[in-house]
Order: sequence, then structure tokens, then C-alpha cells
Amino acid sequence: MNSNFDRTLSNEDVLRRRASLLQRLHVDGILLLLLLILAAGSLFILYSASGKNVELLIKQASSFGIGLVGMFIIAQFEPRFMARWVPLAYAAGVGLLVAVDVMGHNAMGATRWINIPGVIRFQPSEFMKIIMPATIAWYLSKRSLPPRLKHIGISLALIVVPFTLILLQPDLGTSLLVIASGAFVLFMAGLQWRWILGALAALVPVAVGMWFFVLREYQKQRVLTFLNPESDPLGSGWNIIQSKAAIGSGGVLGKGWLLGTQSHLDFLPESHTDFIIAVLAEEFGLVGVCLLLLLYLLLIARGLVITVQAQTLFGKLLAGALTMTFFVYVFVNIGMVSGLLPVVGVPLPFISYGGTSLITLLSGFGILMSIHTHRKWITQV
Amino acid sequence: MPQPIRLKDHEKDARLVRQRVLVGAAAILLLVAGLVARLYYLQVVQYEYHSTLSENNRVHVQPIPPTRGLIFDRNGVLVADNRPSFSLTLTRERAGDWRQVLDAIVEVLELSADERALFEKRVRQGRRPFEPVPVLFELSEEQIARIAVNQFRLPGVEVVAQLVRHYPQGEHFAHSVGYVGRINEKELKELDPVDYSGTHHIGKTGIERFYEEQLHGEVGYEEVETNARGRVLRVLKRTDPLPGKDLVLTLDVRLQEAAEAALGGRRGAIVAIQPATGEVLAMVSQPSFDPNPFVTGISFKAYAELRDSIDRPLYNRVLRGLYPPGSTIKPMMAVAGLDAGVITPSSRVFDPGFYQLPTHSHKYRNWNRSGDGWVNLEMAIMRSNDTYFYDLAHKMGIDRMHDYMSRFGLGQRVALDMFEETAGLMPSRDWKRARYRQPWYPGETLILGIGQGYMQTTPLQLAQAVTLMANRGKWIRPHLARTIEGRPPVDAEPLPDIRLRDPKSWDYARFGMEQVMHGPRGTARKVGDSAVYRIAGKSGTAQVVAIKQGERYDRNKIQERHRDHALFVAFAPADNPQIAVAVMVENGESGSGVAAPVVKQVMDAWLLDDNGQLKVEYATPLKTEVGQR
Repeated sequence: MNSNFDRTLSNEDVLRRRASLLQRLHVDGILLLLLLILAAGSLFILYSASGKNVELLIKQASSFGIGLVGMFIIAQFEPRFMARWVPLAYAAGVGLLVAVDVMGHNAMGATRWINIPGVIRFQPSEFMKIIMPATIAWYLSKRSLPPRLKHIGISLALIVVPFTLILLQPDLGTSLLVIASGAFVLFMAGLQWRWILGALAALVPVAVGMWFFVLREYQKQRVLTFLNPESDPLGSGWNIIQSKAAIGSGGVLGKGWLLGTQSHLDFLPESHTDFIIAVLAEEFGLVGVCLLLLLYLLLIARGLVITVQAQTLFGKLLAGALTMTFFVYVFVNIGMVSGLLPVVGVPLPFISYGGTSLITLLSGFGILMSIHTHRKWITQV
Repeated sequence: MPQPIRLKDHEKDARLVRQRVLVGAAAILLLVAGLVARLYYLQVVQYEYHSTLSENNRVHVQPIPPTRGLIFDRNGVLVADNRPSFSLTLTRERAGDWRQVLDAIVEVLELSADERALFEKRVRQGRRPFEPVPVLFELSEEQIARIAVNQFRLPGVEVVAQLVRHYPQGEHFAHSVGYVGRINEKELKELDPVDYSGTHHIGKTGIERFYEEQLHGEVGYEEVETNARGRVLRVLKRTDPLPGKDLVLTLDVRLQEAAEAALGGRRGAIVAIQPATGEVLAMVSQPSFDPNPFVTGISFKAYAELRDSIDRPLYNRVLRGLYPPGSTIKPMMAVAGLDAGVITPSSRVFDPGFYQLPTHSHKYRNWNRSGDGWVNLEMAIMRSNDTYFYDLAHKMGIDRMHDYMSRFGLGQRVALDMFEETAGLMPSRDWKRARYRQPWYPGETLILGIGQGYMQTTPLQLAQAVTLMANRGKWIRPHLARTIEGRPPVDAEPLPDIRLRDPKSWDYARFGMEQVMHGPRGTARKVGDSAVYRIAGKSGTAQVVAIKQGERYDRNKIQERHRDHALFVAFAPADNPQIAVAVMVENGESGSGVAAPVVKQVMDAWLLDDNGQLKVEYATPLKTEVGQR
């Protein structure tokens, strides 16, 4: 007869877990596989989108490498350890955002960068994309669910401060992603539907208010152009008209790799960054885009499974929010390039060129891995 | 109120999160389905539309202008060719604020405000904003360098090499070949926009205008792939333009130069026609002008100078100049009178120095106030006797006279391929009724008989009339194009030959003309005596201002510009005509004294060889020698 202990944790179980190298390295095999496929696909598409710029590919590949290392390191930390440091990280993040607004480095007409020459150059707002959901998850995980009005209020306050600071940079895309990442924690925490519906209803006056008092001229222009791209075909409507033409002309099977005329002839602006999906759609057609969407869906499905399997509430809330935010990236980017949404500067995760966003995303997946691989098996049974 | 102790219910929290995950997953699937639907709409439903859009985006069709046909004189000397020239073009679409760019060009090249205004006008005429419009032509090396250095300030500005029309003969053919110029707004509306899509110049006058269609050629195309900024990346397809047809003129550069030299700087017109072919050998309207500045755009100042000059260099005297033919018409009148039966070769008229209508007292004067006595046909032409022709005109009447003179080409356009030829005027009863609402008066018939009155002719018409004398009525429209790509021009509406009841009538009039040059009392015998071949000619005087009844023409009282124009028409050799010439010397006064030597010089240049002898091929054929005289 087996003892109680034996029944709980058999040798077999122990051996099986020991045998899994990935488990011991705190790496989730499925996520890693999907990420590597995406990375390979990204380089493949970037080669075409950048006009066969090998130098750019090497940069992107090294960003991937750095990101994967970062992901691996983050995955080693226990979620509990992270939760402990979250408040401090939040404070630091807000401090950096203030610093950026006060004296940041100017790039592309917007102040987004912290630049210590020779040492580091990064966007605190990117950092905030991870810190934001972690902070709210940390805060709510200590309360009873669903959150009460007071806790909702405090959560919202925690969200609005960095949101406002990022909006002031101004960076509408990132600020919306930050607000979404915080809001998803509230959603995961079981925020009552009446609050959700109420908030959505309140969006209309808020949007009107933002239009008149917050949005900058170029942001208004983007919205107006989105509503009627043909109104200014050579000016601000150009991007959308050209990207739609690129996507539409791809058809079902696409024009073939390196054969997309829209991007290769410079008609498509920002073809290797925010608008890269148009290159994919032009060269690989509907089939190519659907394959990419499938990869994303698998990633998201894995993230949601991790959410459900997470043992701590902090882990659940954070994993759920990170996964949902990831989806927002995908949806907003493809939606904007295909003319469903206004143009906000959101890159396509893992495909668009750009080291910062890559590292942020991979950090998020590091957290997911950490949540998934630091489960306490004994207590689970 | 006692605060209930809340315990963490992990099971409940997990349920809650799981439920939210399911809701989230459902939402995600829904939104992804939305994205796929959107992409399906763009890539499948709207595929055609976007495909076309993308295709149009990158493929631009660029016109390639054809090379304009070359023009040669009858011996193959180049009269109009195309030379590479560097011009400055501006593309409005790429220039941004193009007025500012124009300012920059003017500053860089140190040009004047006048030129700035000209540039602006040219840019405004540009048809499509993405097409480069040439604003300045014939850039010098230095100008090209200056533009290159300042290129960064000049968006949309390019230096391009293009073929530009050039007239190596300069002034010689300005009035016959004409010139090309930039297409203006009015022409733009009438032109085939496709065929002229790459062309900036069009024939404005002369041969260049008349044979524009043949000289222009057909436009070619280049399908090019461009990027968003319009830069051409590669050529996809090319349809070569069809170059314009080369044209060989009937004109002879050497004869043209000789004719101009014969005028010796005087204002006037000369037309020389080869009777057998109707080919115009020389066509002079002096003073002339250099057509080259007109090609690239003449400056306001230079144009104003030409336009306002008292010598009127832009005025085409050959085709547009209208003069009363004067006595030059008398041989044709004689032919008409013989054919109408109102005179015979031997019928005579007594000339007391004037002519009076039977019931009128008005005296129609002979130029020779003392009178020539009894005058027959030969004498009348030789002496240019007015009284004889008053009588002839009176007997013929206006109707028959109008009929005959029209058949000689007077009052109608005679040329085959000359731009803007004036018809002149051969009056008739109908014309006078329509013009003045007055009946025809018999006195008007009389003065028509000596080529005065309402009659208006161009030097070309006079040349053609004398050619008809030389040809014995055989009509060939005078023309300037000998061949167009090897083929001679075709006369779509040939005029009927003049057939006389008795062809010998030609010979009586022609003999009279010969006597003018070679007869003992011929008016131009001085000129005739110096010729090594026989000429048949007739002088004439075209009044500039009318002289009142009873007054005499006194040259000293009349301003130089109001003096009579001297006319002379002739053909030679008289029995084997090789050349027919009409000369008009403005304010030259004496047909025989001033115009006749010019005629002879032109004939000498054509008929004589280097030794001053009649060229063998022009010598009188033996057969005709017998029948004549």
C-alpha cells in the first residue's frame, strides 16, 4: 500500500518533473516554440519590408536574442518576488515618465526617450506596459474579489497617472495600451458588468472632452483621416489608402515574397515598422495573414491557459491582463493598417521592426513563464 | 456597524477569473473574426479595386515626344534641324510652393523680373502638375553649374537635355519655312492631347505650320515604374515614337541668297517659280528676321522691337502684302482681250495721251502724256500703253474681265502649301454691291484695265500669273514642299488650266513681253540689253497714295514711304521658260528701272553657269526655235 505521501507525490511524478529540462529552466516550451516561429517569420517578412536590408535584420535578430535572454532571466524570478517589488517599480516608472516629460530626448516630434548617452536609451512608457498590469494585479490580489468601489477607484487612480504622463509626451498609442493593460486586470478581477458598461457609456463624453482639450493637432488629423481617408489622399490619408491598396492587392495568395510592389516602391510608409502587416498581406495574401493570426491565437490561448492554471491570484490577474493586452496590440495594429481603426502608433507584436517593443513583449512572456513554472506542485493536489 | 471578516476564498477567485477568461477568449475570437472579415473584404471582395489601384500607383505612362522631321532645301542643304539643348524644367507637384522656387531660380541665375514673369506664364501653361514644364531654354554651362550647386533650394527643378528646333539658315527662310514655337493655350485646346502629350513646340508659321502633322511624327510611350515620389525606377515597356517626316523644299538656298542680294537691302518681295513644275525656287520678303529666338521664346523686348519696326520685318510681303498689280497685268489682259475677241493682234487704237469714255468728260491719262499715236497689241505691251488697255477694258466689261483674271489666280489663293496666304481682290459687280452697296461704274472698269483701282494682288499671285504666261495656261499651284519623305505633295483641288480658243494668243502677248525687254522702245530695254538670254517681262507701278485728277506724280513732293512700289514680272528664257520671277520693291517707284534689274539678277543666278553663259540644259530646244517668231 502506498502511503499518503507516496500517493501525493510519487517517484514517477518527481522523476517526470525532474526530467523536464525546460521546466527546471522555468521556460514554457509551447510559448517558446511559438515565439521562435514568430521571430523567424518576422525576419523573413522584414527582409522584404525593409528592402533587403541585412543590417536591419541583424539588429532585429540581436534584439530578439536580447529579448529572449531577458525573458529567460525574468522567468527565473518567482511571481511572489515580483509582487514584492512592484510598488517600487511603479513609483520608479512614474518618476521616469515625469523625467521624460520634463527633459526627455526628442525623437520624431514626441518626447518619449530617456537617454543617458553611452549607457542606455529607452522609453519608460514601454516599461510601464509591464509595470501597469503588475501594479494593479498586486493591488487587487490583496483585496477580495470582485473589487469594491473604493478599490476600483484606487486602481483607476493608479492607471490614470502614468496614462496622463504618457499622453503628454504625446504618445496616444502607448497610453491607450497602458490604460488597457491596467483595465484588463480589473476585468480579470471580476469587475462588475454594470461598471464596465457604465465606463463604456462614459467614454463618449470623455472622448469629446479629449478631442477638445487633450488631443494634439496631428492626433486629431489621424482620427479625421481615419473617418475619411480620401479627404486628403496625398497628405494624411496617404498611409491608409496605400496600406489598404497593399493589403487588397495581395488577394488570397499574395504577390509572392519580395514581389510586393506597394512596399518595394516606397508607396507604403513605415512598411517595416507599424505597417508591416500590409507587406505580409500584399506578399502572402489572406492566407499569410490568417496563418499569422493563428500563431497569435495559439499564443493567446496558451496565455489564457496559464492564467487559468495560475495558482496565485496575482499570477492569474497579471497573466490574464498581459495576454489580453497582447491581443490588443495585435488587434489595434491590424485594425489600423486595414482601415478599421484610426492610426495610432502601435507596432505589430514580434513582426514590426523595433527593439524596445520586442524586449517589452518578451519580458511579458517571461512573466507568463515565471507564473507558469513556479507553481507549487505539492499544494496543488 | 460590525465589519464582517472577509476570508480569501481562493476557489471563488479562481472561478471568477476562469469565467472572465472565457468571456475574454470569446471576445478575442469575435474580434479576430472581425479582422479576418475585414481582410476578406479587402483582399477578396475588393481585390479588383485595390489591385488596379496598386497597379496604377506604380506604373506611370510617360510620353516620349517624336523627333521633328528635318527640312532640306532642294539640294539637300539643311534648313531646319533639331539640336540638343539644355533646358530648365519645373514640376509643379514636386516644387511645393512653385512661385518661391521660381524666385530662387531667378536669384540663382541672376535674371530679370521680365524673365520671371515669362517663367510664371510658362509654368501656368503646364498641363498636368506632375509633368515637368520647361521654363528656360539653352542653358549655358555656367547656368547648369549654378543650378547644380543650388539644387537643394530648387525642389522639382531639373536640367534636361532635349532636342530643340534650330534654323541654321537664320533669316533666309523665316517667311517661307517659318518657325516653331511653344504651344500656347489656344492651340492646346485644339490639339490632340495624346499625340502632343510630350511635345512642347508646334509649327507657328510657314512650312512648319502647314506640314505640322507630317513633321511632328507620332508620340511614343514609356511605361515606367515609379516610387511614391515619382522617381522612375525602371522602364517596363517602351513604344518608340515615330519620328516626323523629313521634308525637301523646292527652295534653293543659293538662289534665295542671290535674290536677297539682288534686293540690295531694299524692302521688297521676290518670288521665283519653276514654270514646268510650279516649284517655288526662291521666296524673299525683306527685311526678314531670325526665327531661332522664336523657338525658345523670344523676349518681350526683342519681340516688341521686331513688331514695332517701321520696316515690318515680321510682315510676309510675299503672301500677305497686297498691291495693285499696275501694268504687270497688261499681258494677261491682252490674252483675255484676244480670247474674248475684243481685240486682234493687229487691231489698233489711237493714243492722244488720254482716253475718254464716249459720254464722259473725264480724261483717263496715259503715263506718257504726249501719247504714242497708233498703237497695236505688241506696241501696247512694249510701251505699256495705258490708253490701249483702257479701250480694251471698256470693250471687255467688268464681268468678262473678272472672269479671265480670276482664271489667272487673281483674287484667290493660289499656293498649294503656304500658310496664311491672302486671296487678294479681283473686284466684280457682285463684290461692289456687297461691299459698298453701289453699282459698278464704267470708269472703274477702265482703271482695272491698267491694274489700278480696287484690285489687290500679292507678289505670289503676280508670280503665278506670269508663270501661267510662261506655261501657256497650264495650272500648277506654286508650292514649297518638293517631297515629304520622298513623296511630292498632292493638290487636292487643282485649278483648271486656262484654255484659249486660239492658243496662239499666248504667243502674241508673250512676244509683247519680249519686246518690253528687247524691243527698240521697250520700257526695260536697258535691262534686256545686258542679258545673254531673252527675257519676257512686264513692269508695273503700284500707287501707295492716290493722285488727284490733273495732278502729276512728283517724287520730290512725296515722302519716301509714300512713293510708288516698283513691280516687275518676267520669265526666261523667253522661248523655253525655266524661271518666272515677280519682284516688288517697296517705294522703288520705277518697275523697269528698279525692279527689272533685280529680276535679271535672280534669273542670272539661276540660268547662268560659272562662265556667265546660259546653262546648256536651259538652252532653247531646236524644235521650238522654228515655230516661234
